[in-house]
Amino acid sequence: MYVSVKGGETAIGHAHAWLAEARRGDPALPELTVAQIEEQLALAVDRVMAEGACADRGLAALALKQARGDSTEAAFLLRAYRTTLPRFGYTLPVDTGAMAIQRRISSTYKDLPGGQVLGPTFDYTHRLLDFALAAEGLDPPPPAEAEQGAQRMPQVTEILAQEGLMAPDAPSNAEPPDLTREPLAFPANRALRLQAMARGDEGFLLSLGYSTQRGYGNAHPFVGEIRMGEVSVEIEPPELGFAIDIGDMVVTECQMVNQFVGNAEAPPQFTRGYGLVVGQNERKAMAMALVDRALRAPELGEEATAPAQSPEFVLYHCDNVESTGFVEHLKLPHYVDFQSELEKIRAIRARWFAERTE
Amino acid sequence: MNALLEAQGLHLRFGAVRALDDVALSIWPGEVVAIVGESGSGKSSLLRVLAGMQRADAGQVLYRDAAGATHSILDASDAALRRLMRSDWGFVHQNARDALRMEVSAGGNVGERLMAAGNRHYGNIREVAAHWLERVEMDPARIDETPKNFSGGMQQRLQIARTLVTSPRLVFMDEPTGGLDVSVQAKLLDLIRGLVADLGLAVLLVTHDIAAARLLAHRIMVMRHGQVVEEGLTDRVLDDPRHPYTQLLVSSVLAA
Amino acid sequence: MNAALTGYNFGYLDEATKRMIRRALLKAVCIPGHQVPFGAREMPLPYGWGTGGIQVTASVLGPDDVLKVIDQGADDTTNAVSIRRFFNRVAGVATTESTAEATIIQTRHRIPETPLSEGQILVYQVPMPEPLFRLEPRVAESTRLHAMAEYGLMQVKLYEDIARQGEVATSYNHPVMVNHRYLMSPSPIPAFDNPKMHMNAGLQLFGAGREKRIYAVPPYTDVRSLDFEDHPFKPVRAPHACAICGSEESYLDEVITDDQGGRMHVCSDTDYCASRPPV
Repeated sequence: MYVSVKGGETAIGHAHAWLAEARRGDPALPELTVAQIEEQLALAVDRVMAEGACADRGLAALALKQARGDSTEAAFLLRAYRTTLPRFGYTLPVDTGAMAIQRRISSTYKDLPGGQVLGPTFDYTHRLLDFALAAEGLDPPPPAEAEQGAQRMPQVTEILAQEGLMAPDAPSNAEPPDLTREPLAFPANRALRLQAMARGDEGFLLSLGYSTQRGYGNAHPFVGEIRMGEVSVEIEPPELGFAIDIGDMVVTECQMVNQFVGNAEAPPQFTRGYGLVVGQNERKAMAMALVDRALRAPELGEEATAPAQSPEFVLYHCDNVESTGFVEHLKLPHYVDFQSELEKIRAIRARWFAERTE
Repeated sequence: MNALLEAQGLHLRFGAVRALDDVALSIWPGEVVAIVGESGSGKSSLLRVLAGMQRADAGQVLYRDAAGATHSILDASDAALRRLMRSDWGFVHQNARDALRMEVSAGGNVGERLMAAGNRHYGNIREVAAHWLERVEMDPARIDETPKNFSGGMQQRLQIARTLVTSPRLVFMDEPTGGLDVSVQAKLLDLIRGLVADLGLAVLLVTHDIAAARLLAHRIMVMRHGQVVEEGLTDRVLDDPRHPYTQLLVSSVLAA
Repeated sequence: MNAALTGYNFGYLDEATKRMIRRALLKAVCIPGHQVPFGAREMPLPYGWGTGGIQVTASVLGPDDVLKVIDQGADDTTNAVSIRRFFNRVAGVATTESTAEATIIQTRHRIPETPLSEGQILVYQVPMPEPLFRLEPRVAESTRLHAMAEYGLMQVKLYEDIARQGEVATSYNHPVMVNHRYLMSPSPIPAFDNPKMHMNAGLQLFGAGREKRIYAVPPYTDVRSLDFEDHPFKPVRAPHACAICGSEESYLDEVITDDQGGRMHVCSDTDYCASRPPV
């Protein structure tokens, strides 16, 4: 007699034990510490922290270790963890103008107040594999000490705005929507769009941003400014009535400057595409700024035809935890549905043959 | 008898452009009214405002339904407008592709309004669809083909069948023969004239084609710069134009 | 492996989140078939793997409940095992494989063969709550179509199926009208199961985590599968008897027994099958 397949429970147990062994790799090699990951795979940690929407580098490093270096899986671990954390309150808006700059560049002005600061960048490195890194124990020589710029570095867009060349973003004291508490709803305002993109998938935003440069969306961007460094995070507890500093965190900000032809109400001027990412991630901040500008098409009276200009398309598909779950769910059993398909296609085929033999 | 649709004091601006400048209009059951003028005259804007597809800055549009109830189109909810658009009204677009579902068969295209109106009998829907294909002079054997295979003229016939299948009381037509070859245009106009007369439809026809207006319309309104410069019975306006702009329109058609 | 987890609230979600979900559920029950948006949380299981159902279950689960979890009708499929273990760890509730003994049944892709009784809750995992999404991918537009009960588009799709193939081509996830008002996705259950939703004595709750929607069919609600008068809806099952229990009524899985075309059919509902005398 046929006995239906049993033993899912045991199989899962064995599979997970195997996973743990594979994660550890060759036990003859020393185990990676979370601190090593946090320090030496810093950009991977930053990416996981941003996409995991949980600003804690230590946890992000742990997630990377647990996920065997799979950044999407690690972001997923962080997201699931943050679900269980109580919410104490909201921070005040961070002031990126007061950032302790590690990197700040503009491609629109050769020089500007505060100067260009290249910072720790891959730019202008020649992408030659450095076999010296394969040998361990060689500490790099220390970089030249820069004089710590205490001066406030004005944002390039502020400079353009002084001349009236930059369309002002209407200031608003409205409570921004909170994507982590409320489901996505349309029309999505800019705060919601930026929120979704800030934790969206870097690869997805990169491709979409790129598509706006290739004619899918009408983009004529300049990098007004990219800046990266520490900002202080403040909250204002209601019982105190004034703001207190609860720590610093690194963010990357990109402001893209775009042409705008003007219309009946507004003169020709520049408009802004904005990107802000937790941690150091310039590629994503730039891509986000491109897509932000593309998504503003209706507001600026531009025709929206490209994917990057469609809020539903961008926001519903930028979240890699959602995307990966749904793509990967296809490997779950579907035999009930497939059985129905089998019966259906057999019936339709029978009719097809019957009609042809009549 | 009451007017089917009545508009007064319509104003609409796009920036500095006056698309509609104090326009009034009425149309009675069974009447065909043509709105003529060159492009930019405001005639398409007028049609869109009357059909509730565009809000005017000022004015009023009243529609009287079969039960005698009056609907203010400019204040109507989205739901009410959509209800009208799938029951009492029809809209024939210049480009059939804007109206047809290109992936859906001819029968499905014609049947959609029947199904939206609650018909749940496949055989009956199919029969009515086949009958309507015949009425618009299409081969009913092509009922299962998608419009992708059809010529421009046939796509337009299919759009007309799809629109008229539920016997709307008022049909808006936006340049229904625009973009077609002249020989195809003539046959299509003939077809529309026959259907409109048989069904006793009220039609608001926007066209820049004076010949089409002469063939189909009982009355003509001539628009220029967002204003109605002349209106009257078709023969009177075309044979004895009073406004200099109408004279120009008519003479250029005669010259052509 | 099944040790209870410490440091997490009963049922994983915090009480404020459960209240939010229960409010959405109440609204869903009041408007049968209507999709209610809710603030779905990231769960420790992937989106598409039952996060919506898990959040619904977690929100209605109490310490005295008896939980049954099935996937493809069976209690021992890997995903069912995984979800049952999850609730075992974070809620420590009693679990069962018996449909009759369960107070809450979470399911993916099936409705149990044993009819539900009053007081039982069936929680469906829903991958895509919007029945119109293949015809109208824009959420803003499909929401409008629901608001205005404009479902002609769906009927056109059925018309096209019949015109092209002689019958309706959907064999699972066949759309239903709930309470004569809302078009609803029954989740990817086989069309065979659709009639069980109609006038069901149990409470049917649907959770879609990734799409962040909840909907419901209250007990004894009218649920009709979309069809035509002259092409009535037909639930389909393989025309065989179960090789284990001999049932000719239950939904069957087809099992390939060799590479020579040998196959047999067994009940997809393992609890139903085991409760019957073997042939």
